[in-house]
Amino acid sequence: MVQDSGPAEKGRQPQGSLAAGLSGPPPANDGGAPKPGGAGLSGLRHRMPLATLLIQRLGLSALLLLAVSVVVFLGIEALPGDFAQTYLGQSATPQAVANIRAELGLDRPAVTRYFEWLGGVVQGDFGNSWASGNSVTEQIGLRLGNTLFLAFWAALVSVPLAVGLGMLAVHFRNRWPDRLINVVSLGAISLPEFFVGYILILFVAVQGGWVTFPSTVYADMPFGQRLEAIILPCATLVLVVLAHMMRMTRAAILNVMSSPYIETAELKGLDTLRIIARHAAPNAVAPIITVVALNLAYLVVGVVVVEVVFVYPGMGQYMVDAVTVRDMPVVQACGLIFAAVYILLNMSADILSILANPRLRHPR
Amino acid sequence: MKWRAIPLSAWIGLAGIAAALFCAIFAPLIAPYGEREVVGDIWLPIGGEFLLGTDNLGRDLLSRLIYGAQTTIFVALAATVLSFSLGVMLSFTAAVVGGWTDQGLSRLNDLMMSIPTLIFALIVLAVLPQELWILILVMAVLDSTRVFRLGRAVAVDITVMEFVEAARLRGEGRLWIIFREILPNTLSPLLAEFGLRFAFAVLFLSTLSFLGLGIQPPEADWGGIVKDNKDGIIFGIPAALIPGAAIAGLAICVNLVVDWLLNRTASLKGGRGDG
Repeated sequence: MVQDSGPAEKGRQPQGSLAAGLSGPPPANDGGAPKPGGAGLSGLRHRMPLATLLIQRLGLSALLLLAVSVVVFLGIEALPGDFAQTYLGQSATPQAVANIRAELGLDRPAVTRYFEWLGGVVQGDFGNSWASGNSVTEQIGLRLGNTLFLAFWAALVSVPLAVGLGMLAVHFRNRWPDRLINVVSLGAISLPEFFVGYILILFVAVQGGWVTFPSTVYADMPFGQRLEAIILPCATLVLVVLAHMMRMTRAAILNVMSSPYIETAELKGLDTLRIIARHAAPNAVAPIITVVALNLAYLVVGVVVVEVVFVYPGMGQYMVDAVTVRDMPVVQACGLIFAAVYILLNMSADILSILANPRLRHPR
Repeated sequence: MKWRAIPLSAWIGLAGIAAALFCAIFAPLIAPYGEREVVGDIWLPIGGEFLLGTDNLGRDLLSRLIYGAQTTIFVALAATVLSFSLGVMLSFTAAVVGGWTDQGLSRLNDLMMSIPTLIFALIVLAVLPQELWILILVMAVLDSTRVFRLGRAVAVDITVMEFVEAARLRGEGRLWIIFREILPNTLSPLLAEFGLRFAFAVLFLSTLSFLGLGIQPPEADWGGIVKDNKDGIIFGIPAALIPGAAIAGLAICVNLVVDWLLNRTASLKGGRGDG
């Protein structure tokens, strides 16, 4: 068992970081920091622990989202560099720069603009793109669906596959299937997304000729064709996420399987199937859910690179293009949406693991 | 330490890292052509006069790759060292001082981590001028959040130990406690983490360069070479895959060594409690 602790520990780190990242003050390691909240809250917590915790999580996520919007907006303000200047190039006359600044509203105070922007965002209006003058919301409406479509199918394939392989690795622990899975996944973690993508393009699309390369999708494309178009980007995402998710699943299950109550169950003579079904599975659900949600959150980010590789018209490509030409409203909108999805997924992981593991409802 | 005790996988990893470092340090000496020298036709095949063929402008790919190793490894290493110094200092300070300092730093860290790293980098790099030191700084600051999390978790466990309390009662200052009491006891998990962060930095830098936001041309770096040659893929030219393989190879080698380090420290001391 000692041999296993290395990769297991490595695999568990992000998972722990996730739980701590969202729950506000982490319950365990916090050195007894006094918690805010008066007698009313503690009374409520006593009567309805679950509801209170859920409301707390939702509130924290909302707060976090607000803070992120401040970071996304004011972070850009506080940083050096004048957009109008960069926008027009070095040779621009001061008058032209001033005109552009006035036109984009950059000459007004940042706080005013932040609240205007936030007010717009709440109503679903992200302003207009500086580069094209088009409505950002309209573009995002077209592209967000494409990105979610891609991520959804990648998740649908990778989650069951990863959990299954993780269980397989635990079942054959320290024998050759486990070692093989371990070595292959260690390699797969180190592959950059674009490398996997281009290998697939070269061998499957160009030399094999089985699928078409630029994974273009358009608005009224039939479902079947759309699915065919995303085969390669989807496969890339699955390969990239799979190894991580599988290693973490393996670590989570091993962690449960090595606990004393499993040993007790073994020693009192229960058969393996019963141990797994009645004793191990309920305890492994929470960590596995966390692993899955964490990797889904990772999918959302991995999508950015994959979309660029496959020229797929989604949010990631939109954002990268905007960053290249410093089109701030688009960058802000995309950044906020990506961060929101990320926070949302992390929050659901948190809530689901609280629901799955009653012990988390009463933090010490 | 016995040489025999090092497993084969770790040897492979060490050899790979050594080879990459050798290329990086002696790049001008071993590269057959110059970094920006156009030597032949575009996208010449592998083998023949040029060992790995030529790139999209007719530059020797092997030379680009060797110079690329220099840039990639230097930038990734600088970012990792900086992120470690920052993360370890802040996390140990948070753990030792505690109270509001700890709360403030930890919540700020949570906020930073709630935005995905790549997205955060894209937002920040959209505004900042494209210069090398800014790139290193951005990578370091974003990465230090991960170091902070680990460092704080490890240091909090140690600050409650008797020997730290003994040092406090002796009247040692905070700097002594951080550097003489806590740092030596957290070195092995931090060393393994350093390897992981370095591998991540290589991948991250390559991704940024691939997206056109990292190292700017004509300077060679592995992610940038992939970007330069990606159009060749459609014609079946594998030039973009070679630097991709180099990135993957280096990352795999580092991971192999880290895996061994983690196993070694875990079996040596039983990890830090949860091994």
